Formats: sequence, structure tokens, C-alpha cells
Amino acid sequence: MPDGVAIIGVGFTSLQPSTPHLSFKELMFEAAQKAYLDAGVQPNEIDSFVTCAEDFNEGLSIFDEYTPDQLGAVQKPMHTLTQDGLHGIADALMQIRSGIAELVVVEAHSKASNVKTPEWLLDYALDPIYNRPLGFNPHAVAGLEMNVFLHETGIRAEHCAQVAAKNRRNALRNPVAAYPLALTPMHVESSPYVAYPLREAEIAERADGCVVVVLANEARAQRSQSKAAWICGVGFANDSATLESRDWVRAEYVRIAAERAYRQAAIQNPREIRLFEVDDTYAYKELQHLIALGLYSEGAEAGRSLEAGETKPDGKIPVNVSGGALGMGLPLEASGLYRVVELVLQLRGQAGARQLPDIRLGLAQSWRGVPTTSGAVVILGTERPQ
Amino acid sequence: MKPEPKLVRGTPLDEKALKRGKTFSVTYEPRLRYGWDTGQAISRYLAELKEGRLIARSCRKCERVMIPPRMFCERCFRPTDEWVYVKDTGKIFTFSLCYVSWDVRRLKQPEIPAVIEIDGASPGMGILHVVKKIAPGKVRIGMAVRAVWRPKAKRIGSVTDIAYWQPIKN
Repeated sequence: MPDGVAIIGVGFTSLQPSTPHLSFKELMFEAAQKAYLDAGVQPNEIDSFVTCAEDFNEGLSIFDEYTPDQLGAVQKPMHTLTQDGLHGIADALMQIRSGIAELVVVEAHSKASNVKTPEWLLDYALDPIYNRPLGFNPHAVAGLEMNVFLHETGIRAEHCAQVAAKNRRNALRNPVAAYPLALTPMHVESSPYVAYPLREAEIAERADGCVVVVLANEARAQRSQSKAAWICGVGFANDSATLESRDWVRAEYVRIAAERAYRQAAIQNPREIRLFEVDDTYAYKELQHLIALGLYSEGAEAGRSLEAGETKPDGKIPVNVSGGALGMGLPLEASGLYRVVELVLQLRGQAGARQLPDIRLGLAQSWRGVPTTSGAVVILGTERPQ
Repeated sequence: MKPEPKLVRGTPLDEKALKRGKTFSVTYEPRLRYGWDTGQAISRYLAELKEGRLIARSCRKCERVMIPPRMFCERCFRPTDEWVYVKDTGKIFTFSLCYVSWDVRRLKQPEIPAVIEIDGASPGMGILHVVKKIAPGKVRIGMAVRAVWRPKAKRIGSVTDIAYWQPIKN
């Protein structure tokens, strides 16, 4: 068994539709101060820093130049990944396991409100030669995927509406959520279509925020002041990028990422885990991702379980107790780290009004949005994996 | 006499051929727009520029006076402490004579970008700006300069509210 690696500190800001009072640097400074206090570390003890950011989201090229000052990372090893924060956790894990670092910090943030043309930014992600000239709104990619997903799995549109209503409602108990609402499935189903069968209320709204996570090697984690959240498994994968021929029905990128994470965590049956924070950028994605995580063998079963309330906070496998992206807001590259925060708080017993009983294992999963097939999985636990 | 060039394989292309669509390429005009939140430190900095003043932040621990101002000290990793007005004069820390414009036109008269160490801020603390009203060959590192402000009515709360820096004549 390789050395254990644990999360010993988290710092985060409240998610907000906009944050005009702070620059992105000031936002990061706030989260970093909180994380170092939570972990009981001084920034000069930290060996290495990983930030997760996409230049186009920032409006700055070579964004890693702009991150050290506000993290205490000046003249220290640091780099930026153009990936979700969960990939950053995997990166930090590798640095610690390889023995080059004892303490590593992972940061991701969103200043989504500063992008004034979000649709054009999504458009930029489409293939410039054979997709972009057609001129569709990029949410059409999600509409296309949802339609064939429902057709092939037997999951119905009302199931997706139930997901949206559940997550917005869960967010009522999360003080950092940007979009809490006592929403009913009926309201979701009466919202207008954006790209049939996808409705407006099934699309997560963007939000600003920042998360900083402190990871430590085993020796350091054992004497940590906070209750360590041990990393039991990580995995990440991509499918083919080609819209015309990739797997639209199954989220293979999640299945592969999860299989690797389950193997590392020695999990035979995913239902050993009682807390799931999965990507729900679009409501149907939650169901697609739960199937890919191996919780349901087929779509009809996922639909029935949802109807029976299995994924509600008081159900057998609570999903997105935090409110997910639909309830908390979509903080771009910080999406995965806000889910990690939820796992850490639940594992520590610090999740307040939404605290679940006896949580020993939790799983967070991320997806980088249309048109990507980029996914990652992180499993955290209260015990050092054996 | 030069030997005749050998025949090269392929299809010769000229500008006419490209314009007539003999080759395939796809063009795209980016339509991205951003509006960056300037935040606490830089908002105050810009507001003061509009008033014709330069403002800095000080850190009590390392005792530096920092410009442009910031709400945190990157050396001490702690919040900065106080707003401090500094002078609109300084010394050229480094400069360049730039004979090519940003869109790669050759310039007869070079532009003079410079980092100006601001009087009243800590050593090594300066702002990147432009020097004018001096023959390029006369610019020197260490030269004393002062800010030339735009007329008050034309200031918008931008680094360009300082039109340029010019040498202080002794």
C-alpha cells in the first residue's frame, strides 16, 4: 500500500451570481487564508501549488503567471492545469506520492460573471471547421445528447425535472449556494425549451467563487489539527471528441474514471459509498453520470429509484446534497472542488443543516461541460485506505 | 550562369488562387468580451488616478509601500494595512526604445516604454508607463521624471489618465 494522502484543510468563498466587490486575486486570497487557517499551516511550509484555470474563461493568456501572489506561492514550484479542480487533486496526489512534496495546495476559482459573452466562449470550444460554421447555440449539443439518452434508456423528461427540483431544493440548506429555490418538478417542466428536450430550468447557471484545498502526506496528515479526509481513489478519462461518432448515451469517461478510483479504494460495490456529489451541469447529466458510476445497471432502474426518492438527502444514496451545480451554481473549473468541500464537511460532521448521519465514504465527480468528454472522480474517506 | 531551377512537385499557388477558393481554410472572428472586476485595491487606485493622484498600500510587516496597491502582501502573505499617497514623480528603473508598434509597423520615432520607480514607494516598486518629450538617445536609467496628467475633464479612471512621463529639468 502506498503512502496515504489526505485533505487537511479547505477554504472557500460563498458562490454568487457576480462578485463586483473583489478582483479574482482578492477572491483567491480570501479562500487561501481560510484554507491555511483550517489546515493550521503557514504558506511558507507549502512545497508546491496547483491552480486549475482555463485562459479563455479568464480572458488572460498563460494564466499561471497571475496566480502566485495571492496564494503565497511567489518563488515556489507552481503550475496551472487547464482542467477541473478534481484533476488538480490527482496532480497533487502524484506529487506527494512521488515524494517531491509533503504539502501541496490546489486552487480553482470562477469569475464567470466577468465573461460577458458566455455563448461565444462555448462556441469557441466547438470544432472550428466542421461544427462551428453551422452556427447552432452550443446548448444544442446537450439537447442532442439528452434526446438520444432519454430515447435509449427509457428515462423520461419528468425524471430530469425531478433532478432539477431536488438539487435546487437541497441548496436551501447550503449557505454557500447561489441559486437555492423551493422548486417543484412541475415548475421545471413549465420552463421554456432551450434545445428540445432540454429546458431552461434544467441548465445550471454560472456563479463566481473560489476554493483552496490543502493536501498532506501521511505523516503530516496524522498530526493535522483538523480531521483528515483521506484520498481513497482518483481517476480521470476522456472519450472521443468527435460529436458525430462518440458515445452519446453512456458517459464512458465517467465509467472509466470511476473504475480506476473504485479499484484504488478497494470498493467492490459502489453502494458501499453513501454520498455522491456528481456533475449536474444539465439535469439529465446527473442520471447519466449515476449510471456511469455503476449505481444503476440500466436507465429504467435509475428512473424508478429517483421516483422512490433514493437520491434525496434522506434516501439510500443521497446525490448532490450540496445542491449541485443546479443549486449552488456552476463555478467553471472550481466545480469539482466545491464538491470536494461538501465531502470534506460531511466526513468531518461539519455540514450543518444538511449533515448526513454516519458518512465514512464520499465520491465527487466532475465534467467539463459541452462539448467535452472530460471527467474525473475522487473518493474520500474518514479512514486511511488499507 | 546560374543553373535553371529544377522542377518542384506540387501545385503552384499565388494570391489569386487563394482568393478564388482554390485552397481550403476556415476563418473565424472571435466575439469574446470580458469585463474584469477591478476589486478593492485597483478600484481605489483608478479612482485616485481620476483625481490626479497616485496611491499605494503599505505592509506593516515588511514595511514596503506598494504600487500599484494590493490588499495582500505577496511576500508576507498577510493583508496590507494602510493607504498611502505617493508622489507623481520618480526615476526610470528601466526603459526600452521600441522601433516596432504593437501591430508590427516600423516606427521612425521609437516609443519609450519604461518602469518608473515612484517617489514615496519602496525601492523596486514602480509602474510600467511611457516616457515622452525627450530625444530617444538621451534617455538614461536613473533619470528623474514626472507624470503629465490628462486634463481633469478627460480622465476616466484608467492608467492612461497619466498621458506620459517626462524628464524633470534641473
